[in-house]
Amino acid sequence: MKHGALMHNHDDDVAVVVQDVEHGTSVQAVTLEGDTIATVTAVDDVPLGHKIAVRDVDQGKDVIKYGRSIGEASEAIKAGAHVHTHNIKSKRWA
Amino acid sequence: MAQDLKLTGYRRENGRVGVRNYVAVIPVDDISNAAAEGVSYLIRDVMALPHPYGRLQFGEDLELTFDTLIGTGRNPNIAAAIVIGIEPKWTQRIADGIAETGKPVAAFSIERYGDLKTIEAASRKAKEFVQWASEIPREEIGLGELMVSAKCGESDTTLGLASNPAIGRVFERMLAEGATAIFGETSETTGGEDIIADNAINDKVKQEFLKTFQDYQDFIVGTGADLLGSQPTEGNIRGGLSTIEEKALGNVEKMGRNKLTSVLKPAEAPAGPGLHFMDSSSAAAEMVTLAAAGGSVLHFFTTGQGNIIGNPIIPVMKVTANPLTIETMSEHVDVDLSAMLRLEMDLDEAADSVLDVMAHTVRGKLTAAEALRHNEFVLTKLYRSA
Repeated sequence: MKHGALMHNHDDDVAVVVQDVEHGTSVQAVTLEGDTIATVTAVDDVPLGHKIAVRDVDQGKDVIKYGRSIGEASEAIKAGAHVHTHNIKSKRWA
Repeated sequence: MAQDLKLTGYRRENGRVGVRNYVAVIPVDDISNAAAEGVSYLIRDVMALPHPYGRLQFGEDLELTFDTLIGTGRNPNIAAAIVIGIEPKWTQRIADGIAETGKPVAAFSIERYGDLKTIEAASRKAKEFVQWASEIPREEIGLGELMVSAKCGESDTTLGLASNPAIGRVFERMLAEGATAIFGETSETTGGEDIIADNAINDKVKQEFLKTFQDYQDFIVGTGADLLGSQPTEGNIRGGLSTIEEKALGNVEKMGRNKLTSVLKPAEAPAGPGLHFMDSSSAAAEMVTLAAAGGSVLHFFTTGQGNIIGNPIIPVMKVTANPLTIETMSEHVDVDLSAMLRLEMDLDEAADSVLDVMAHTVRGKLTAAEALRHNEFVLTKLYRSA
């Protein structure tokens, strides 16, 4: 497949990789409609179904997916980074 | 609709439509499981539904057990029911609740007879019911006559991308034909609750949903526990979901573009067609058991990492788009939507695929979970017993 990652919304900060991605790999992030939004180089290994940052997110900022906040960045996130429980935390039940 | 689904089912005494034709033996309480299972060992095609509760429960918790056992017996997939309890009073209450549907029901209690005499008497009745039920013909039914349900389990990011929007599209088509659908999982709407509320059919339903949601949030706070250790689950996290908000936004995709018609208590039957939210746990077997007690005759179960749940009285169809799960757990998968992740299948094609498998299932083809004997019948317990 041509794309490596899928995005719900044009302005999302993250995309879901649809196969295992090794760091150093170039990943094309497209919307479900097939529009290419960004091409990023993975700076971490990102397993199938996990998120890769398509742009930098400052510490404390909302991480956007589905066009909405899915939590806040608990540390600065670089484009191409694996985004998961180590660098994003829920804003609910806190 | 483009698809001619050619559905068949069993039209029951009260007009409701079932897709299976079981004779159920329902124990009122834990200590009656042995007798209920005894009947199922002796008589062919009898479905015993053992469970661990029914003694010394009280208040709302007791009422939910009654509602669940009665609702299970009332389900249109059940042709006839036998109820067995330790004493006659609660046993008769459950049998009477089931009998309102007009289907054959018989009640047996164990005290003053013992297990063996009870098993003999109940088995004679079960034999009669099974022989009677075996002659009930399948009839043509319409898509709009079905009541179905959906929940996800062992969720991952593929649900929000593919499987749940596909179910949303299936619900859009079914509801357009007048069908009834149930979804739920109160804790798992956290972070997407406003989407459900904003799609309520009117302000009354919106407020009912928000109250149900808030009651659950208050319950969590009241326990003093940290639900973040359980939601998202370890399986969700392994699959790439990082927060409850992310999980919820995937979960609510099951609504599609449908309006929320009503909010149901656990095990409550919807009053009419449309999409209904049932206050329910996100634990797979608990939610499916409650939905079946509410009258669902078929369940769409979307999964990412591979939840293997089934139910004894309703077929549970597994839908997944995760290619790793399809490769490693293929015996559990009924519908493969992995082409959606490759952008080789759009939402309408995915809905076609789900409805095609549903049509086979409705007509009698066993789901993976049915073939694998996944018979999880799990009552929801609200609090400890007296």
